[in-house]
Amino acid sequence: MPDERIIPPAQKKSFPLCLATKHLENPADINTYLSIGGYETIKKILNEKIAPADLLEQIKVSGLRGRGGAGFPTGLKWSFMPKGIKGDKYLVCNSDEGEPGTFKDRDIIRYNPHQIIEGMIIGAYIMDATVGFNYIHGEIWSEYLSFGEAIKQARKAGFLGKKILNSSFSFDLHAVHGYGAYICGEETALIESIEGKKGQPRFKPPFPATHGIYGKPTCVNNTETFASIPWIIKYGGQAFNELGVANAGGTKIFSVSGHVNNPGNHEVQLGIPFAELLNMAGGIWKGRKLKAVIPGGPSTALVPAHEIMQATMDYDGLSKIGSSLGAGSLIIMDDTTCMVSVLKRLSYFFYEESCGQCTPCREGTGWVYRIIKRIIEGNGRLDDLSLLKDVSNKISGRTICALGDAAAVPVLSFIKHFEVEFEYFIRNGKSMIETSND
Amino acid sequence: MIKLKIDGKSIEVESKKTIIQVADEIGIDIPRFCYHKKLSVAANCRMCLVQVKNIGKPLPACATQVMDGMEVSTKTKFTKEAQQSVMEFLLINHPLDCPICDQGGECDLQDTAVAYGTSQTRYAEEKRVVINKNIGPLISTDLTRCIQCTRCVRFLKEIGGVQELGLVGRGEHAEISAYVDKSVESELSGNIIDLCPVGALTSKPFRYKARTWELIRRPTISIHDSLGSNLEMHIKDDHVMRTLPKENDEINECWISDRDRFSYEGFYHSDRLLEPMIKKNKKWQKVDWEEALDFFTQNIKKIIKRDGEDSLAFLHSPQSSLEESYLIHKMANQIGSSNIDYRITQNNFDFSGAWLGCEIREIETFDNVIIIGSNLRLDQPLLANRFRKMVNNGGKLTLINSSDHDPLIPLEKKIICKSGEYKLQLIKMLRALYEIDPKKIKNEDVLNLIKKEKINLDTLEWLKRFIRGRNKKAIFLGQSALETKDAGDLVLLANALTESISGIFGSLSNYPNGVGLDLISHKQELHNLKEISEKNISAFIALNIDPKNDIRSKINILKTINKAKFKTAITPYFGEEFDSFDCVLPMAIFTESSGSYINIARKLQTIKAVTSPKGQARPAWKILRVLGNYLGLDDFEYDSSDEVLCKVVHPKKRLTFPSISTKSLDPNWTLSIDDANETSEIFSLEQSDMIVRRAASLQEKKRKQLANNKKGVL
Repeated sequence: MPDERIIPPAQKKSFPLCLATKHLENPADINTYLSIGGYETIKKILNEKIAPADLLEQIKVSGLRGRGGAGFPTGLKWSFMPKGIKGDKYLVCNSDEGEPGTFKDRDIIRYNPHQIIEGMIIGAYIMDATVGFNYIHGEIWSEYLSFGEAIKQARKAGFLGKKILNSSFSFDLHAVHGYGAYICGEETALIESIEGKKGQPRFKPPFPATHGIYGKPTCVNNTETFASIPWIIKYGGQAFNELGVANAGGTKIFSVSGHVNNPGNHEVQLGIPFAELLNMAGGIWKGRKLKAVIPGGPSTALVPAHEIMQATMDYDGLSKIGSSLGAGSLIIMDDTTCMVSVLKRLSYFFYEESCGQCTPCREGTGWVYRIIKRIIEGNGRLDDLSLLKDVSNKISGRTICALGDAAAVPVLSFIKHFEVEFEYFIRNGKSMIETSND
Repeated sequence: MIKLKIDGKSIEVESKKTIIQVADEIGIDIPRFCYHKKLSVAANCRMCLVQVKNIGKPLPACATQVMDGMEVSTKTKFTKEAQQSVMEFLLINHPLDCPICDQGGECDLQDTAVAYGTSQTRYAEEKRVVINKNIGPLISTDLTRCIQCTRCVRFLKEIGGVQELGLVGRGEHAEISAYVDKSVESELSGNIIDLCPVGALTSKPFRYKARTWELIRRPTISIHDSLGSNLEMHIKDDHVMRTLPKENDEINECWISDRDRFSYEGFYHSDRLLEPMIKKNKKWQKVDWEEALDFFTQNIKKIIKRDGEDSLAFLHSPQSSLEESYLIHKMANQIGSSNIDYRITQNNFDFSGAWLGCEIREIETFDNVIIIGSNLRLDQPLLANRFRKMVNNGGKLTLINSSDHDPLIPLEKKIICKSGEYKLQLIKMLRALYEIDPKKIKNEDVLNLIKKEKINLDTLEWLKRFIRGRNKKAIFLGQSALETKDAGDLVLLANALTESISGIFGSLSNYPNGVGLDLISHKQELHNLKEISEKNISAFIALNIDPKNDIRSKINILKTINKAKFKTAITPYFGEEFDSFDCVLPMAIFTESSGSYINIARKLQTIKAVTSPKGQARPAWKILRVLGNYLGLDDFEYDSSDEVLCKVVHPKKRLTFPSISTKSLDPNWTLSIDDANETSEIFSLEQSDMIVRRAASLQEKKRKQLANNKKGVL
């Protein structure tokens, strides 16, 4: 139920931009994409020889921020790529969404692959890149195959390859299949993986913009980010910016999962009130009450019901309540959820997915998981809670990549908001919540 | 130059340095496990986290470059808390088996835990256990102790040239492993024992033998190859328990080869000759020194009287020290024999004065290098690493060799030919150079010879690339080139070629004291091995030579030796190979004697004995001194090896070395079929000398490698 006290900044609503072809017949086919004006933008750019700097300016104006989770301004990131140097530059689309609850990139690849391709071509044109890769998550094989098909179609139609549309601009794209490691979603681990090495993050600096794939300048962006590019160039950065709110231009796909009637992807304008989004997902199932929400995937902090119901879904809206937008993967939990059990599952995820390279994350995630597991087994101790918090704080900020920070977030936020439940479990050896079996 | 502050100390340093490098230079201690100055930066252990002003997170000192105005604190509460937490994480899964761990007492983790850790653990869950891997006879693994610093992985990849170990598995399941069913085969593998900051990789031969605090450390050098790597012998009860590298950036940096590290096992082989022995009625008899010396003197005097002075011949090992060589030359000289040589693997003796031509570390700075006839990794494992670094720095290496032995270095060009064709290869290059610029070649003989040769377009093409620009160029002749019948001409031609392109000519001879022995013998009119082989020899004296296995020359010297009526060996080892001898005198090995050696880069190093000689064995220079006295020769009264050394090297003057000299070139030379088919065998590094051949673990490693790789020599 929407909270009446909230007056949304603007009436934000469903707006299929990245998923523009989703409801059409044969959505992934190049003809479908062409029928809605696809590839017009790149044609125009090449025909009119629009200066890359002008295009980059539009992206800066659009307020587009990286959709993979970190929310770094895309225009700024692209401007870091060195200009006027010899040799290859690489462009990488990061479709390695591996966090529990994320499934938006899969839908874009499945329904609208050509928009990603066009976005990458425009990106390559702006940054003068010659080769691109789409690194696709290990668990989604059919999307890897279908994206390969889309590349073939685009190449056949002359949008990829040497001298695109008879211009002097050449760019080719390849689909790369990962093997299911969450860490390969981290851009430097992804680069290692593309190079054929074990997926382990590199120490930064140097950043990929100067030392990426094979030591060459490389720009890595999320799938949704690339899919937003053609629209921005077509309708202008300002139009995109106005779709969203301050500090958060454009639309966003929210992957809603958990205890809702209608789980799935909802592409809406940024800044939509959470309550409205929850309505779109059909509300909490079985007539139960909302207990808490993980708003952007497990690496974002848990928010209890009363706080999230007042929040708007954009970068600032969620950071105000101590969480973040992340990849927009909402995990909705109803009031029959045992928070201790959820945390056990989440901490197992990070324990299992830590790459093992650096000490705090390798050792700390296992320690955290084992403590929670022991609590669940009925052998908890009261000082476990302070230990959990302390260990998590000591992982956070001391690792090579952000996985360590991410692993600490659920532990700290779950205990912060539901300490009572944890204490009850430790004292009584069982959950405070009467969990249903669903 | 930029200015920064570390712990309040203001300093000015070059940019591009990391915080840890700067801290090390000014003596500020930052704890570390994965960082090593000679390896790439991994930044994975997180132990070196420090506070940098205005940055919210602690930063790894090993991977953070210094910046102008940076303020680093290594001792603040913030830093300490970060370091303490990393220490706690490292210890939660580390076994508490220090009392039975070989690393105990010299363990970085132990030391750092005392300095930076807390006194008790908060970890109460189950600990990780990792199954050990067998990676060969030299290195013992206890992988539960591993802290995943990946120093071993990086060493084998970056210094060893091939990645033989890796960190497999993810997260807590990450563990060090070789490829399935493979052991570590690098000839530098032992260094990962030193690199391992914990007890995960320890020395197998040394396992459970001694505790670090029981060991006395004494410096020495290696005499298994011509580098003269600096070593530290660890001694307990007058017994060498293990060998470690002693850092010397000019020579071996902080590494040593496995041969240098594990040869000590050979010191105590049961073949060691512990008492003098003489043959009476065709049977060996143990005698005391006096009797042996009398026996020797009488026989030698008898032969001199009967067959003349010139019927005596002396051979000594290329491993001999300057003192030993000086004395044996003096002995021959005073007796009146000029039959003395040490070049027991060579077939050509027409050259002298060859050396590396540059400093060892200078190799890293070359832009273009040609090596002819060298199985680099087998002859000089650590020199191979210098060339590897040269290529990593952008240099280009061309290898002309008779065997396709992989140097584990990316090559610009590789020419595999018979060793008899090396000369032709050099002539082709000179011919091509003549085509490019006829004025460059000054040597008339060379000009006459090459003019007859047809131009080879392929050679022309790559020689053009080779000599282009002001690049630093060099041509090196390896051991197998120096052992060919053409060696003298090869030196002449390679030298002529490098002179005409302003490059450096160098020898990669693996004679441990080759440069020093050359210094002593080059001025004297002596008969070489070939000339000796053509003479009638009545008495033969061998110093530190196993006649069967050490004399690899194709010249049939053994036939000459066997005809001699009286044969004496001054040798540390005894076995059936000395069956035909009449007198064997036990000599101390290099670690039991003082002595001086000059390495391939002309560096003189003098060592002292690190243990006393075994049994009745005596340092060879003392034996030679006494023999001189017994034979009634003049001026054989030396109280110390230093006194002998003074005769070779003036204590106050700089060493002057002979320049390269060769015999003249035959202008009518053409490649004969015999020459073309001359081959040289690959000589494995485990066969190089008497000590190494008796080092059990090294031999075991070789056996396993051969069994694994049935194709043959690795």
